[in-house]
Amino acid sequence: MKHLLSTADLAREDAITILDTAAQMAATQSREIKKLPTLRGRTVVNLFYEDSTRTRISFETAAKRLSADVINFSAKGSSVSKGESLKDTALTLAAMGADAVVCRHQASGAPHLLAHAGWLDSAVVNAGDGMHQHPTQALLDAFTMRRHLGGDRTDGRVGPDDALVRGADLAGLRVAIVGDVLHSRVARSNVHLLHTLGAHVTLVAPPTLLPVGVGTWPCDVSYHLDETLRDVAPDVVMMLRVQRERMSGSGTGGGAFFPNPLEYTRKYGLDARRLALLPPHSIVMHPGPMNRGLEISAEAADSPRAVIVEQVANGVAIRMAVLYLLLAGDDSTERAPIS
Amino acid sequence: MNAGAAVPKKSPTSPAPSDATETVVLGEADVARALTRIAHEILERNKGAQDVVLLGIPTRGVPLALRLADRLAHVEPGLDVESLVGELDVTMYRDDLHKHPTRAIGTTTLPASGIDGKVVVLVDDVLYSGRTIRAALDAINDLGRPRAVQLATLVDRGHRELPIRPDYVGKNLPTSASERVRVRLAEVDSADGAPVTDAVTISQSASGATTEAAR
Repeated sequence: MKHLLSTADLAREDAITILDTAAQMAATQSREIKKLPTLRGRTVVNLFYEDSTRTRISFETAAKRLSADVINFSAKGSSVSKGESLKDTALTLAAMGADAVVCRHQASGAPHLLAHAGWLDSAVVNAGDGMHQHPTQALLDAFTMRRHLGGDRTDGRVGPDDALVRGADLAGLRVAIVGDVLHSRVARSNVHLLHTLGAHVTLVAPPTLLPVGVGTWPCDVSYHLDETLRDVAPDVVMMLRVQRERMSGSGTGGGAFFPNPLEYTRKYGLDARRLALLPPHSIVMHPGPMNRGLEISAEAADSPRAVIVEQVANGVAIRMAVLYLLLAGDDSTERAPIS
Repeated sequence: MNAGAAVPKKSPTSPAPSDATETVVLGEADVARALTRIAHEILERNKGAQDVVLLGIPTRGVPLALRLADRLAHVEPGLDVESLVGELDVTMYRDDLHKHPTRAIGTTTLPASGIDGKVVVLVDDVLYSGRTIRAALDAINDLGRPRAVQLATLVDRGHRELPIRPDYVGKNLPTSASERVRVRLAEVDSADGAPVTDAVTISQSASGATTEAAR
């Protein structure tokens, strides 16, 4: 694995390796001394063309916990605002000797270009590009699901269990992803990764918030949340943020995508009533930041089933695992003669 | 997922071409005797086992630490095996990470009482360059502050590259760098799926080039 650009081309074995490595990384984060010397002397550049709080801080924390040097580069206040192209920025980073570039960009495919244009030979990690992919978010979601629901639980075991789920996938898990699928790179990444890991995904959204061609994705599509909760009885309900900043003419309403926020909440919001419809072991997820009162009510967000805060903590572990797997070994793909 | 951590994993399809030249140095009974002696030495040196914690280095140090703990508990009744043994993965502290393909990270578990103020006995199967032990010392440093750290190894084959010396040795085995020392333990090894008995073997390495990686 040289880059992490998309979950669509991530093999099942690689995904499980990342999840298992993340579990070991998470275990180190409960120690008094959380810093590990593993990536000492390596440089990680956070190249953020789009605003982000938690993803950037999460990557920065992950790199620092592994002793890598971190350089933060945001488009605001840099030479990008003077009109520098992505290529020239990349050449600058290459000249400074970046070992990994974590890239968030408003244009879909920018990290792919960065990885394959030959401008730099660093590892490239996609931290969210346009309405395309956000692979580390999907991995941390899968990690959270696996911790809570994965593995052989026929003996009725509940709750997070890292030893039980080691090496396991998400076979048989039913996941409902609800909300603004159209603008969501999180949904796209999750659909592919969860499918690869054997889970069954149902997208629930108003027809206006589903992209053209959603029929070709490896998942089911539903327009009715209540029906889905009743018929599918999902193990995981993942609420997506309504991305009003991507809806033109948003104002107070939802642009042309839904009549008004109250109607959206009535039909697609997760509230106390819908929470009660879920099977007892189900968990509630949200990639954040939440619009409380729009797609998720305070009762649902603060209920014991919500693992939203844990998702953030798991994000650091996943990003540590990704940086470790991309940067720690040598570059050659062949197996060295060990032993 | 513990594979390939501290001690590079020997290929599971064991003997293969080198079978003819493989010499058994220690058999099952020899390994058992060596461990029993080491257990007594640990008790003697530390005047009992009240503060002793055995930390096995994966892969084969872990079952060895468990066996030692069983023997300690046998000699000194009242010892709790669970609170005596831990597992210390040193992958993330190695100095050769960039020379090999990415290694899988193993588990680190400490006894509930931790290692602060205890006497930590590191347990590994083969002591060679000493670099694994250096990594282990760094790892311990991040986990707590033991009163003392000691080292027990089933085989010491020499060729140290660092000023590290074992406190308890099962067998001193003078080797040349081109030779290959293998430890097989019933708990972790198998030959084509069939269970194996404990053995320490020595064989001529297929090519001298692999010796750098073997430690």
